[in-house]
Amino acid sequence: MTSSRLFPLATTLLIFILAYALCYAQFPNILSTRVIGNLLTDNAFLGIAAVGMTFVILSGGIDLSIGSVIAFTGVFLAVAMGDGGMPPLFAIPLLLVITTLFGAAMGAMIHYLAMPPFIVTLAGMFFARGVAFLISTASVPINVDLYDTLQGLYFRMPGGGRLSFIGMAMLAVFVVGIVIAHFTSFGRNVYAIGGNRQSAELMGVPIARTTILIYALSSFLAGLAGIAFSLYTSAGYSLAAVGVELDAIAAVVIGGTLLTGGFGYVAGTFLGILIMGLIQTYIVFDGTLSSWWTKIVIGLLLFSFIALQRGLVWLSSRRNDAAAAASA
Amino acid sequence: MIRSEPLLRAEGVTKRFLGVTALSNVDFELAAGEVHALLGENGAGKSTLIKILTGAYRRDGGRISLEGRPIDPSDVMDAQKLGIGTVYQEVNLLPNLTVAENLFLGREPKRFGLTDRREANRRSREILDQYGLHIDVTALLSTYSVAVRQIIAIARAVDLSGKVLILDEPTASLDAAEVTRLFAILDDLKARGLGIVFITHFFDQVYRIADRVTILRNGHKVATRPIAGLERIELVSLMLGRELKEQEEHRAEPVDVSQKPVVASFTGTGKSGRIAPFDLELRAGEVVGMAGLLGSGRTETAELIFGLAQPDSGTVTVDGKTARFSSPRDAISAGFGFCPEDRKQDGIVDDLSVRENIILALQARRGWAKPLSRKEQEAIADRYILALDIRTSDREKPIKFLSGGNQQKVVLARWLATDPRLLILDEPTRGIDVGAHAEIIRLIGELREGGMSLLVISSELEEIVAYATRVRVLADRRHTGELPAGRITADAIMRAIAAGQPDAAGDDDTAGNPARANQPIREGAA
Repeated sequence: MTSSRLFPLATTLLIFILAYALCYAQFPNILSTRVIGNLLTDNAFLGIAAVGMTFVILSGGIDLSIGSVIAFTGVFLAVAMGDGGMPPLFAIPLLLVITTLFGAAMGAMIHYLAMPPFIVTLAGMFFARGVAFLISTASVPINVDLYDTLQGLYFRMPGGGRLSFIGMAMLAVFVVGIVIAHFTSFGRNVYAIGGNRQSAELMGVPIARTTILIYALSSFLAGLAGIAFSLYTSAGYSLAAVGVELDAIAAVVIGGTLLTGGFGYVAGTFLGILIMGLIQTYIVFDGTLSSWWTKIVIGLLLFSFIALQRGLVWLSSRRNDAAAAASA
Repeated sequence: MIRSEPLLRAEGVTKRFLGVTALSNVDFELAAGEVHALLGENGAGKSTLIKILTGAYRRDGGRISLEGRPIDPSDVMDAQKLGIGTVYQEVNLLPNLTVAENLFLGREPKRFGLTDRREANRRSREILDQYGLHIDVTALLSTYSVAVRQIIAIARAVDLSGKVLILDEPTASLDAAEVTRLFAILDDLKARGLGIVFITHFFDQVYRIADRVTILRNGHKVATRPIAGLERIELVSLMLGRELKEQEEHRAEPVDVSQKPVVASFTGTGKSGRIAPFDLELRAGEVVGMAGLLGSGRTETAELIFGLAQPDSGTVTVDGKTARFSSPRDAISAGFGFCPEDRKQDGIVDDLSVRENIILALQARRGWAKPLSRKEQEAIADRYILALDIRTSDREKPIKFLSGGNQQKVVLARWLATDPRLLILDEPTRGIDVGAHAEIIRLIGELREGGMSLLVISSELEEIVAYATRVRVLADRRHTGELPAGRITADAIMRAIAAGQPDAAGDDDTAGNPARANQPIREGAA
């Protein structure tokens, strides 16, 4: 029923509210718009990448290349706009075309060579990281006017908090992601493939096109996330964003999306990002805790969510059996 | 109702797989407004024909035309666009989407370039109303029963295609009320001028719904007949490919086993939805043949006996003691063995060697804590390779490289190595060559003389006649009769099968049926 479909999302929301209440009880400042603004800014690049990851996981796949694509993006832009002297308004679209094609190529390999997404995107991860190193091994600063302008752009929230440009970009990506997931044929097809690939094919879902589009979208958004990351750090570094794909997967799963595909919401991923950001913020506020506690808490959350999902799957299969028995 | 120009016509359709002819020169006609049943045993070519009509397979020869125009569907989508929709036995819909999303997947109504959910829901309700289905179309498909999903799948296929509807065993998992509901829908669709191809192995359903029936056997078309005036006995003989002749003699000499010990006895054993309660007593030194059409409950009976499924009624007695098999392990330790029908899937382990395949059951029986030494394994393997004349270059050859007949012998050897007292064989000669066929039959005879109790399921009536000392006849998931030694002929078995079909009213062939009249369906309590 609709309720069980929404249950993981509701759980995530509940956890978020509880966590926020807990933090608020200890540090009332955490509810200020300044903190919220920072939370959105700090996690903007991760959030953008996680939207792409949501589509990938909804289709029953995985994309391990995200972090490497983000690093590649930073280095590419820094070098192209710096030593290369490329105008930003040319370099940025060019970069997005490159990353999108890269994703499309991975999607095509997954479909036509019938390879597991895990392997293909693992290869993509090494490849993109390697190319980033090839361009530059050093951390390259970015000094272009466009970046200064964009970094200076913000929306002043009541209470003095600043919603930065990249924070707004992330929110926009989430809105677009929700529309794509729930109000387009492509979105339906993603859920259909995640539900049962064979049935989807028999029902006429264009599997090849959809698979390629899913990974192209994920890499496009990773490129966008890379731009947000370079805006955030004002530099490009080939060692940056290591393991971001795993953070993105964690956000998606904590957001209530089933790792096996077919069930979940883009909006849930947003909550997942907020929960992860909140844990980080709490540790900063506390000041005495090691930042590795973030990882520990996220690990525990992941464990409990996977257990929750198993439980739900088990419950729904049991209910189906019961329904079948009742009608038999 | 049946017009002269057929809606769908297939002529001389041929399909080969790796040199094996699955379908040979088959003609098929479907008129608008008719329900055409397609009948045949396993491997007769029903599903191959269906897959060619729906574009899932490309044919190797022959012509197909729809409304007089030649067609050549390249894939399922293509066939759908042409007007041929299919509903498979395993309902191919998506349980993680809503009912409406399932109905409109791939053709979602749009507004301002975005999918219009409200419109889809409204139209879904309209569509399902035609089928008398008033359900919440915004709920996930997984919340509905198989029967409802079946109707949704039909609604989608009809809405999408609208000329030909192919139903591949749609009633396999439905109960009687659901079947009635489905048939009402089919009657309605028929009245709307659709041509419906209906695959089933339930005779009563063929008689209830079909206008004509086409029978396939071994990839050939046997006949197409109007169902009116077709007697059941004739239908059975068309399916089994045997003319009604009294000439075949019972070849296994009658044996008196009444003094032999009872190995196992089953009283009122049954499982609802699988097989009606039956009584069966298996004695040492006898071969009980189980005859019946596909889906009559033969394999289900064997699975209950072997503990693959648990009965929900009745008692099982082994050696005079009450037994309960919660898994095949229990059955194996009681001295039972079971060679399943689909040896490729359930019997052999492809990549393991002949030796490893042979010792599998014996090792399982001993438990993993007491491994057989390599020497013992080799001795056992060699013994059975010799005894059963398994043709293999050496015992370490992976079993997948052996011929079907030799694979079957390995599976047999596996169980013989456990020295079973009761051996169940499900279609032991399916898919093996003539020579191996004769050897398996000879072997069954030898095992019986050695005092083993055997229960053999087979669709080959001559084969049953050759080795069975009595024959259990099944129909419609019930044990409907038994032929004692001396009365076993292919003809008698066939008559018994036909007589056992439900709703035999109107058929006059039951009168001359000796099996039904004289034999109690259940054995007296022993």
